Amino acid sequence: MAILLTRSARVVVQGITGHQGTFHTRAMIDFGTKVVAGVTPGKGGTKVEGVPVFESMEEAVRRKRANASIVFVPAPAAKDAAIEAVEAGLKLLVIITERIPFHDALDLMPYARSKGCAVIGPNCPGITTPGQAKAGIMPNHIFLPGDAGVISRSGTLTYEIVNAMTQEGLGQSTCVGIGGDPIIGTSMVEALALFQRDRRTKRIVLVGEIGGTAEEEAAAFIAKRVTKPVVAYVAGRTAPPGRRMGHAGAIIQAGRGTADSKMKAFVDAGVPVASYPREVATLLSAR
Amino acid sequence: MKFLEHTAKEIFARYGIPVPRGVVASRPEDIVDPPLPCMVKAQVLVGGRGKAGGIRPADTLDEAREVAGQILGMEIGGYRVKEVYLAERIDIAKELYLSLTIDRSARQPLLMASAEGGVEVEEVPRDRIFMAHVPAAIGIQPYVARSLRKALDLPKETSDQVADIARRAYELFRKEDAELVEINPLAVTRSGRVVAGDAKLIVDDNAEYRHPEYSEMDQGRTPLEEEAHDRGITFIQLDGDIGVIANGAGLTMATLDVLNLKGGRGGTFLDLGGTDDPQKVRQAFEILIKAKPSVILLNIFGGITKADTVALGVLQALETMGVRMPVVARIKGVNEDRAKEILRASGLRSAETIEEAAELAVNVREGGT
Repeated sequence: MAILLTRSARVVVQGITGHQGTFHTRAMIDFGTKVVAGVTPGKGGTKVEGVPVFESMEEAVRRKRANASIVFVPAPAAKDAAIEAVEAGLKLLVIITERIPFHDALDLMPYARSKGCAVIGPNCPGITTPGQAKAGIMPNHIFLPGDAGVISRSGTLTYEIVNAMTQEGLGQSTCVGIGGDPIIGTSMVEALALFQRDRRTKRIVLVGEIGGTAEEEAAAFIAKRVTKPVVAYVAGRTAPPGRRMGHAGAIIQAGRGTADSKMKAFVDAGVPVASYPREVATLLSAR
Repeated sequence: MKFLEHTAKEIFARYGIPVPRGVVASRPEDIVDPPLPCMVKAQVLVGGRGKAGGIRPADTLDEAREVAGQILGMEIGGYRVKEVYLAERIDIAKELYLSLTIDRSARQPLLMASAEGGVEVEEVPRDRIFMAHVPAAIGIQPYVARSLRKALDLPKETSDQVADIARRAYELFRKEDAELVEINPLAVTRSGRVVAGDAKLIVDDNAEYRHPEYSEMDQGRTPLEEEAHDRGITFIQLDGDIGVIANGAGLTMATLDVLNLKGGRGGTFLDLGGTDDPQKVRQAFEILIKAKPSVILLNIFGGITKADTVALGVLQALETMGVRMPVVARIKGVNEDRAKEILRASGLRSAETIEEAAELAVNVREGGT
């Protein structure tokens, strides 16, 4: 088992003919993912990395029975692409695109939810279930199948931590990059709930950062509902207030969203917090 | 994008939200016909203007010029006052509060209002604040307006105006891609008019392409941050002296944190992003070098890009710019052994982990090798 993404996923790549779309289609196939279709309006009938390209999501679903989508299309067109995917009946949508306006995300998320479609992202590295499938841009070589579930708001920092885990022989059940934006489809708490239910997952890693209250909410949820051991890391303890630290969601506003508040919440919930990214692996092997 | 009070009020007025009359000036002599009596208000992108002496009354033209002269050039919360706003002084009977924000956890806009305005909303007891989530696609329905009126418990002619302002503020919030619309105080005058005493507006940077007219506004960036912004580089100047450059926002923050734990202080937050394009790498280094760091600490986790390609790009950038300052580099990823050889051959200090790189950087700055 795993969460959200398994080998039964039949993935369609929206924006497959773009540089990123093409590159990552190859990488996802190399990882073992069933990439069954691509969609780029105006490029239907062509092929990318051997994958047939269609004009619309409706066509991709009808012809190839696609059930999950990964979105690479640029921000101004991303909401349109995502809604088209939801309307086509997909149940998993991974939005890699960064810089999507918040109000587009505000329109999209409740809508997708009302249609029973799980959204990961936007502004995320996607989701990987080692040994099964990848719908994202994470590097293939860092993963090892195993029993640790990873939830992260970040990209490269996640790779750093997963890589350290793999070096220590601590494999992953599923690694989900939930995204660095303020409005995201799958929250930290929701991902935690999924890992708590997943039989394959025996322990959980949380990678948080400054901004918002997702980590505080996660800590409260862990205290009440999570029986599996959890280890956390929080980035941005030296970040100045009022500045957006690269991610749209990474900002300390009116004294809220500080790393201190998040680390304290975790510690109070009995979750050890690593001082250094690599230390996550050490703490995890002790659990 | 943050807005100064007077630009926010211009936009408020466009949406039919009543604002007191006012004029803007950047020099006392430019003040010719202010509304009198008035309040002279410092225009800066931070709160706490009143406490800092940046909001003061004036009754005559001469007094307005004199007060403006005193306020202009003041420093408030790290911002130099470049403009003052002379706003019609209103006869306030009661101060209310109204705002629209994005509730990240609920993934919905949040409407907040209180009959206790004029103070920081954080200081108002929770049970005196009306809060309602407004589904973005649906908007403020009449029942929300009814609950709002009931919660504020104001005379009908006042609550009619407040409900109308809430509706207009929501329209602005949506159409202008706002993260925050805040009216505090929302003033009720003795004559019974409800007007925006102050105006806070923040528009989502991601939506800048839909509002190009706002892109020229002063955001209080340093000149170097402004240059980086114009080139599309994510860059923030910090207090320390070690120039940190990494790829990815989370990893860059983590690198700064580790550096701090090792006794160093980062002077820059520079996120190279997912690029290995030599041109982009070079531009990033140009910005970094202008920040005059004592040491450069480079931390790259090359997920997709090959480590040796990144190393070559970095070397090229350093050579063409004739960089003299010491560089500590830690590059992980495919072909990282080749990357290390390339770096060492050129006399750069190479490290295996972030911790080691941070220690080396601190060491080099303190005159070690």
